[in-house]
Amino acid sequence: MSEETRSRATMMRQRHVLSALVTNQPGVLAHVSGMFASRGFNIDSLAVGETETPNLSRITVVAQGDDRHLEQLRKQLEKIVTVVKVLDISREDYVERDLMLIKIDAPASSRAEIQSLVQIFRGRVVDVGPDQIMIEISGQEKKIEAFIELVRPYGISELARTGRIALVRGGRAPVDASTPDEEETAVVTGHSSL
Amino acid sequence: MPITEERAAAAVAQKPFTGADVVVEMLARHGVDVVFAYPGGASMPLHQALTRRRDRIRTILPRHEQGGIFAAEGYARVTGKPGVVMATSGPGALNLVTGLADAKLDSLPIVAITGQVPTGVIGTDAFQETPMVEVCRAITKHHYLVQNARDLARVVKEAFHIASTGRPGPVLIDIPKDVQNTIVRDPDFDPALDLPGYRLPPPPTAEVINEVLAAIKASERPIIYCGGGVVASNAAHELREFAAKTGIPVAMTLQGLGSLPSEHYLSLGMLGMHGTVYSNYAVNDADLLLALGVRFDDRVTGKLSEFAKHGRIVHVDIDASEINKNKSAHIAVHTDVKSFLTAITPRVESADWRAWHQKLDAWRAADPMTYDHRDDAILPQYVIEQFSKLTNGEFLMTTGVGQHQMWAAQWTNFVHPRSWVTSGGLGSMGFGLPAAMGAQAAFPNALVVDIDGDGSFVMNIQELATLHCENLPVKVIVLNNQHLGMVVQWEDRFHAGNRAHTYLGPVDHPEAVGQGGGELPEVSYPDFVAIARGFGIAARQVRRKEDVVDALRELIAYPGPFILDVMVPYQEHVLPMIPAGGTVRDIIKS
Repeated sequence: MSEETRSRATMMRQRHVLSALVTNQPGVLAHVSGMFASRGFNIDSLAVGETETPNLSRITVVAQGDDRHLEQLRKQLEKIVTVVKVLDISREDYVERDLMLIKIDAPASSRAEIQSLVQIFRGRVVDVGPDQIMIEISGQEKKIEAFIELVRPYGISELARTGRIALVRGGRAPVDASTPDEEETAVVTGHSSL
Repeated sequence: MPITEERAAAAVAQKPFTGADVVVEMLARHGVDVVFAYPGGASMPLHQALTRRRDRIRTILPRHEQGGIFAAEGYARVTGKPGVVMATSGPGALNLVTGLADAKLDSLPIVAITGQVPTGVIGTDAFQETPMVEVCRAITKHHYLVQNARDLARVVKEAFHIASTGRPGPVLIDIPKDVQNTIVRDPDFDPALDLPGYRLPPPPTAEVINEVLAAIKASERPIIYCGGGVVASNAAHELREFAAKTGIPVAMTLQGLGSLPSEHYLSLGMLGMHGTVYSNYAVNDADLLLALGVRFDDRVTGKLSEFAKHGRIVHVDIDASEINKNKSAHIAVHTDVKSFLTAITPRVESADWRAWHQKLDAWRAADPMTYDHRDDAILPQYVIEQFSKLTNGEFLMTTGVGQHQMWAAQWTNFVHPRSWVTSGGLGSMGFGLPAAMGAQAAFPNALVVDIDGDGSFVMNIQELATLHCENLPVKVIVLNNQHLGMVVQWEDRFHAGNRAHTYLGPVDHPEAVGQGGGELPEVSYPDFVAIARGFGIAARQVRRKEDVVDALRELIAYPGPFILDVMVPYQEHVLPMIPAGGTVRDIIKS
């Protein structure tokens, strides 16, 4: 970002959740992540999955930055031909979740204690071994991180997280391929007249 | 002999259609009349198919794939239509990479078609296999790896649509050999586009036009910062009308040159690092910057925070991501420059900017563009000035990259848009000769001249063979100083003249370590006249100033390709100059 960014734009580093609908074809994720890398955007989390429409996937990106930074990130995303729609859903009323699987050292002596923590966090024990248990827990990033800190003293042997996924609350899907752009539909000029 | 002919005729008449035939048919239906194509194993079916449409499409064989894509860029820039280039898989395709990046940065519409190894062996490190799409993601506007022959017609149609609409750019189509060879029954040559994520900006709203009108009305010192977007959107005519109606002066970027005639009373020439002193003063002093089709490139702005800091900025661009990228716009107009100018010109009024014009005239008088008038040497500026006088703007000019490029930009009188073809964003040496080849293929009767340096010229010198064999009467003026002049200039200015591999002659010459006497060498290296002779091309070397005009006349009048090797001193610097990251206060005038 330019020097001017520092002087003019808001210096507030804000956390943004962008939801991008992309066409479901090979190479789209590579294109999106490659764009982030080559333009120097730092991404906290990136999650991809299919949607209710078979030919579309959703990429959920969590990034931090000032307004200028986010504006560029969003515009560069929109510029990719296979990216159909981008919405900054952190500007809306939305629900955000992260799913974690975590293996904790749990000898018989501490197992009860850990289980009560799991209950408080509304997690589930999904696998039990002689010395370890595996827990599934989902929720907002802060909750997941609080849980990690709480169980760290017991010993974490392995951990995997999905990255954030998010949707806007309410009946109508605010982001789908049929949503018209904020700008009017464009006039196609210079199109080959076949 | 008759048997061969029969066989060839049978091959040409071959039915049914293969995937390769579909591609070539789609090219013909998109009005393609020239392709630059270098064959190889994985692209042979495409070439076979090209022979079957010789009636419509001329296939020019460059001598290197990079020459092919630079030629396609030259074609695209002078015509405004997509340039088409083909190469085989692996090394052939990779030789297009520089050209793709070049076309992306300079927003030129290119459709690049590459052969790929058959689908069954993709990913096995097969002979001449390169994951071309993976390599080219960041340097193309869009890209395809075609997996099914039935998709070919749609993909080619989409490629032309994407390359030529919005902000133009290069589109890569990578086609495995088996897909090229697949028989396509009842091909649909007009399939529907499947581009849900590709939209073009609408014309500007009345509100934003009103905002700009108010800004112009409130302005005392407005200026237009005119870029390649004006040329790309074919808006030179509209720009001329807008400028003439308002009386707002115009400073052009390297790619904007030709939008307004160089000698127009409102033209301030080029701005930026090697722009005129007065255009840079004007931008610095302006209270309103109308930025049309520009991207606030560092070679224009110098230090960003100081650039046009006294003025409000109206930024009109078709690419939303350019707006607020380097410099915040006070009024952002996300639209095509042409539709902006078409909307605003009928409503705009001229204001009393006499004081502003007087100020500009004073700057122009105080620091005009100038160079030393020497009789003992041929200065490169003189050569370009004389060429410009002899041709009155009736030419298509290309360049390599370096000092000669800047002098050509500074000292040519441009009259027409799309008559100037140069690698600005990427700065690819070796661009001039093949780009001229492409321009000549588009306009066989035009005077096409490549102003080149001896460094750049050698980088794609193999294309002299293409000029000869394909009857392309390109003229080349080599401003030969035996050095990499622009780097030498930076060595002189910023590294105490220490020569670091910038002398192009043998390393045992004193010039190689900066110990040269400064006089013209008796024998120049390489011998361009002999090289030209080897390629079957006419050439002449000039060493004395009094021979320049005569030699230029010979070059212009010559019916075929011609190389004029002009020996110039390497001590000459491109001026004025604002050092990288500097401001108008740092401007070097002598």
